[in-house]
Amino acid sequence: MSIVEDHKRFRDIIRGRIKKNFKKYISNGEMIGKQENDFIKIPIPSIDIPKFKYGPKQQGGVGQGEGESGEASGEGDGKGEAGNAEGEHVLEAEVSIEELAEIMGDELELPKIEPKGLSRLNSEALKYSGRAPVGPEGLRHFKSSYKEALKRSIASGTYDPDDPVIIPIKRDMRYKSFKKSSKPRTNAVVIYMMDVSGSMGEEQKQIVRLESFWINAWLKKNYKGLETRFIIHDAAAKEVDEKTFFSTSESGGTLISSAYKLCKKLIDEEFSPQEWNIYPFHFSDGDNWSGEDTRICINLIQDFFKPFTNMFCYGQVESKYGSGQFSKDLEKSFPNDESVVVSRIESREKIVNSIKDFLGKGR
Amino acid sequence: MGNITPELESERKKICKIAKDVGLDFFETIFELVDYKTLNQVAAYGGFPVRYPHWRFGMDYEQLSKSYQYGLSKIYELVINTDPCYAYLMDGNEFLDQKLVMAHVYGHSDFFKNNQWFSQTNRKMMDAMANHSTRVRRYVDRYGQNIVEEFIDKCLSVENLIDRHAPYAKNKIEIVKEDVPKIDPEPVKPEGFEVNKEYMKDFLSPEGTGSGASEGSKRFPSEPTKDILQFMMMYAPLEDWQRDVLSIIRDEAYYFAPQGMTKIMNEGWASFWHSKLMTEQIMEDSEIIDFADRHSGTMAMQPGGFNPYKVGIELFRNIKTRWDKGQFGPEWESCNDLREKAHWNKKLGQGRDKIFEVRRDFNDVTFIDEFLTEDFCVENKMFVYKFNKRSGKFEIDTRDFKAVKAKFLFQLTNFGQPIIQVVDANFENRGELLLTHLFEGVDMQPDFMEATMKNIYAIWTKPISLATVMEGEQRIFRFDGNEFKSFALSKTSKNTEQSTSSEESK
Repeated sequence: MSIVEDHKRFRDIIRGRIKKNFKKYISNGEMIGKQENDFIKIPIPSIDIPKFKYGPKQQGGVGQGEGESGEASGEGDGKGEAGNAEGEHVLEAEVSIEELAEIMGDELELPKIEPKGLSRLNSEALKYSGRAPVGPEGLRHFKSSYKEALKRSIASGTYDPDDPVIIPIKRDMRYKSFKKSSKPRTNAVVIYMMDVSGSMGEEQKQIVRLESFWINAWLKKNYKGLETRFIIHDAAAKEVDEKTFFSTSESGGTLISSAYKLCKKLIDEEFSPQEWNIYPFHFSDGDNWSGEDTRICINLIQDFFKPFTNMFCYGQVESKYGSGQFSKDLEKSFPNDESVVVSRIESREKIVNSIKDFLGKGR
Repeated sequence: MGNITPELESERKKICKIAKDVGLDFFETIFELVDYKTLNQVAAYGGFPVRYPHWRFGMDYEQLSKSYQYGLSKIYELVINTDPCYAYLMDGNEFLDQKLVMAHVYGHSDFFKNNQWFSQTNRKMMDAMANHSTRVRRYVDRYGQNIVEEFIDKCLSVENLIDRHAPYAKNKIEIVKEDVPKIDPEPVKPEGFEVNKEYMKDFLSPEGTGSGASEGSKRFPSEPTKDILQFMMMYAPLEDWQRDVLSIIRDEAYYFAPQGMTKIMNEGWASFWHSKLMTEQIMEDSEIIDFADRHSGTMAMQPGGFNPYKVGIELFRNIKTRWDKGQFGPEWESCNDLREKAHWNKKLGQGRDKIFEVRRDFNDVTFIDEFLTEDFCVENKMFVYKFNKRSGKFEIDTRDFKAVKAKFLFQLTNFGQPIIQVVDANFENRGELLLTHLFEGVDMQPDFMEATMKNIYAIWTKPISLATVMEGEQRIFRFDGNEFKSFALSKTSKNTEQSTSSEESK
């Protein structure tokens, strides 16, 4: 049918639009709020063919209903007016996160991630996908068995619609059957660490939130079964769930090493570097308590994170309180190091660049 | 007969007979029972099974399908103005819905056949649309989808620039002939201008305006024209296929125009009859609750919104009552006694004849102008809203009858769109196009205006100027292919200033 062609054409254009305006959408915080299952709804204004028309704001219109002069006229913004003046169409295009990540990958020219060689473990899984005429009673499939019995009784003429009694016999029985499948397993874990000390404001956290969403989307596309862990810290660190991670605001000093230590402990206990692709991300405003603590951090990165993780990422969110010293220290200690990535995020608009910093290495 | 079930067919026969008996006079109406996907497709195509390929239909289809899937809206009726008249019923709707739709559709069909504003539409549009589709597809095959689609985009951008009243003018053919391309012998000869020798004769002996003889002030076109599509078809340097595409867009725009001009009346008329026929004859007692539910759903007004179905049906009912009771004419108008007016009943019984007359002769503008009364306004709680810059909201401005009516008429005039004319196709003696916006107190939306002018430029291939009023100042906007400029009218040549301002004072 030709509508299929026209529809496809429209989708292509929309996708084109997403690509073109991608940088605009990526910093739109609202979008993540509309996430449902594996889909994200992106409100896209439907494509308006430009025409000579009146500006909506000046025009006003005629409506019906209660209300005094000067009262808000409901949502009467041009919708359904007599003159067929068109309101703003907002079309929500559904894009799966995977598709979105792909678009992002295309746009930022992100390389495909090469999983670490060691993690090619095979895992076996049973999948119940078929029906078999034999099997253990525990796996008997009632509906299929009943259908077989019904078919047999109709075929043999014993079925009486007025007295629809179906008596299954042995050969009507159907059982679930399974297949063994083995697939290579590549595991990845992302450990997000965030400074929640007093100097990290709402805006800074929103930036972290957006950035981590996109990083997750990209890594999820590259690894099936991505795990995420969250650590917050001020002077002390603790592991939290996602919600807490983004909503907590503490005050007090900052000891970055506390988070790194906890992260190391987590990896040691749960994610053996032989099996896992490990991505620690740390976000902070770059203010550490002391040079002494920074030294501890650098040592930890040098001795532990660098050899045992895919790469260590540090994102510094600009804040008016922070000195931003930490990123300088890291850069000094690891100049031109592919496995220690430092990125500065001055504002929402810079998130895209930062993602490219982090994921552009293909590690 | 379409492919509907025997139950529906017997019901259709019944309803058809009832509708005929009350005096509705319609085309043979063919109902098709289709599933929602097909219905959405047909709806996206404006009621037709085939249209030329364009993404816009895909967009409409997506919106319809999405909002159906999410349960936001569903299409009840879809009827197209052809002879025979085709209408679609959605498979899976309740039986009562189908009956209601059928009754409603017979109302529309009657309206299509008898309302004079539809008299000039092509009743074989089904074939014409299929033909258009074939032609455009042929161009796509020959020139490539992107090229053709891009040109269609441009044409659609100006599809509203037609003269909605032209089809009803008796001398419409003469008007076309009058449009004489001006061949300017002076130094700057417009390039790419179509020079039609047959017209030369007319030009050499110009009749009428004496000023036409003096050089530089001759105008082409001699009269400003609103049918910019036609104008460009005739005089823009287009390839044959482009001219043909433009003519297709124009044909379809003219075909759909009367539906826009009679939205309130058409829906009001169909609703008036479905409600009357259903409640008086068609429905069974057990169906009354469902009917009330559906009917009120259609008639419902969003808070502060405006529903053409509702206004239309109420106005028709109002007219019927008034003419039944003789509440019209000088005697009624001059009566100031409210008590007397409330009990006014001369038992004339002319209501039925009156509404049939109204459905024949009127369009939305004249309908509202003639029959919207102050009482009706008050009864239906109508108001004017406007945008309040301080609060950033739309607010109720006034309930004053005159203001409501004026705003209402303004919204309906020219489909609620700005009226644009070609005044000069040899502007500045360089073959440029000068358009004028007949300003009526509302600015055009600047970004759309700019984009549209760029599209016109792409068709006309020479700089486009547009005289309009923006933020209280008369300005000329000009797009020369690279830059978009605007300047206050006083800075342009004296000649232009005068001519444009005289246009606007009309």
